Amino acid sequence: MGDELTRKSASELAALVAGGEVAAVEVAQAHLDRIEAVDSRVRAFLNVDADGALEAARTVDKKRAAGERHGPLAGVPLAMKDVVVTKDVVTTAGSKILEGWRPPYDATISARIKAAGIVMLGKTNMDEFAMGSSTENSAYGPTHNPWDLSRVPGGSGGGSAAAVAGYEAPLAIGTDTGGSIRQPAAVTGTIGHKPTYGGVSRYGLIALASSLDQAGPCTRTVLDAALLHEVIGGHDRCDSTSINRPVPPVVTAAREGAAAGSLAGVRVGVVRELGGEGYQPGVLAAFESSVETLRGLGADIVEVSCPHFEYALAAYYLILPSECSSNLARFDAVRYGLRVGDDGSRALEDVMALTREAGFGPEVKRRIMIGTYALSAGYYDAYYGQAQKVRTLIARDFGAAFEKADVLVSPTSPFVAFGLGERMDDPMAMYVNDLCTLPASLAGTPAISVPAGLSEGLPVGLQIMAPAMADDRCYRVAATFEAAVERISPPAAVLT
Amino acid sequence: MSDEAPPAHPGEDEAARIGRADVAHLARLARLAVTDEELDVFAGQLDVILRSVARVSEVAADDIPPTSHAVPMTNVFRADELVPSLPRESVLAGAPEVEDNKFRVPRILTEEA
Repeated sequence: MGDELTRKSASELAALVAGGEVAAVEVAQAHLDRIEAVDSRVRAFLNVDADGALEAARTVDKKRAAGERHGPLAGVPLAMKDVVVTKDVVTTAGSKILEGWRPPYDATISARIKAAGIVMLGKTNMDEFAMGSSTENSAYGPTHNPWDLSRVPGGSGGGSAAAVAGYEAPLAIGTDTGGSIRQPAAVTGTIGHKPTYGGVSRYGLIALASSLDQAGPCTRTVLDAALLHEVIGGHDRCDSTSINRPVPPVVTAAREGAAAGSLAGVRVGVVRELGGEGYQPGVLAAFESSVETLRGLGADIVEVSCPHFEYALAAYYLILPSECSSNLARFDAVRYGLRVGDDGSRALEDVMALTREAGFGPEVKRRIMIGTYALSAGYYDAYYGQAQKVRTLIARDFGAAFEKADVLVSPTSPFVAFGLGERMDDPMAMYVNDLCTLPASLAGTPAISVPAGLSEGLPVGLQIMAPAMADDRCYRVAATFEAAVERISPPAAVLT
Repeated sequence: MSDEAPPAHPGEDEAARIGRADVAHLARLARLAVTDEELDVFAGQLDVILRSVARVSEVAADDIPPTSHAVPMTNVFRADELVPSLPRESVLAGAPEVEDNKFRVPRILTEEA
């Protein structure tokens, strides 16, 4: 029974719990058992809160017994990326500098998840402060891809994606600054959606780059992603960048998209600049076949050109380090986290420098120093200022492309999951993983990754991008596509 | 690179190479007590990264306004309502050192000052 429950989608589990066929406690226990059985190999979780999960599940069961109304995902387990603060549950953002830290408050999305009766199983592994594309920058060791344990699960949200792919949780929360929801989804054969910037509250997210960070759903079905999106989305007075408009109708779009079986009348733009040289041939083949599937479903396929997308990587790796060098200044050895070298004689600044040296990993230090450089007097205009102008041009490219197409498509990542350790010595080789996901991050527009078949036995993702606040278009097209292609699952032998 | 150096124009061949002294300077500004070994590793890596991102200068963008934020919003206000702050003990519980219900910090002034 337990294994059967872990194979079910979130919407199926919610229906079972709501109908009284299975208790939320049974569902939670089945997933805790699965974690116990496989997570020593996957290492998706940094911290499993079994007591908290069972308690939350019992509350759902009691409320159901008392006849109280249920949210649409009540009793469904969820894995939370460790960059989201959770009251009294250890939150580290994958960093030694926050080892053992118990936040005194809940992020808005944590509070909304609790209020919805969703059962949090624990916190998932990630690249330190979400800096990376493989989860190897975690201070607590890497996560392994359930498709092949010798390979990375992508990053920075590799723990959330691996938990979902490995049937340890049907729902997970990721955060996406330059692709950290979408690229892990692609390389683990799962769904990941980055909402429109401002669509989901950032209050209580440990900030990486404040103008880019967005939290979003990671799941195994498009409908589950939409259901979770609806729970976490919407205006929040605690986040001044939160958009004060209704959540786009993502659940309706996912249901209608799956039922329609057709994309007649939908204009799908293939972005010329996101493909070709530097992309693995197997990824390109899977992408071309996905475009043919979309065409077969009746979509009107048009080619669009976004000439400034080729500068997205350069602009991003100036804007992100600049913002992160400022955001991570809060780790000052005073109010929370690690303190090193405070021997009674050293001055505060020396203690601060020793603490940050000991508490941050190499990628975090690199990005802080790049940002410090890019924001320095004399370099600001040439680097940060110019990158912000390129950002404008990328947003204009999107605007022009969306004149010709309702959605844009590309591969989610140029590569399938690569081997652990393969790219750790060359920062630039790691950065190009985000080539296709960066433009939507810089423009603040929504994008989803859906499984698009296999290359050499490993998953490939199809990215579907839409204009700001048209997240529902991503879900509609993704749901129709999902229903038309064969579902992929990790080889059962890997985690038996 | 130093405080006095003229700005290098990124994207050109003579773009400033990042050396050990530059890394030491950046690390000092960023409050990172980097090791001697790290000075070498980071100098090479930062140099490669900065040369690569200097590509942004290839784009003709003189008359293009910068985007700091994807969603155009200004002057976002909310009602100025009194709400209870977090309990003192739960905030101090995460601090590295506490004394008399306050964050205890290392000295911030030198003897001479």
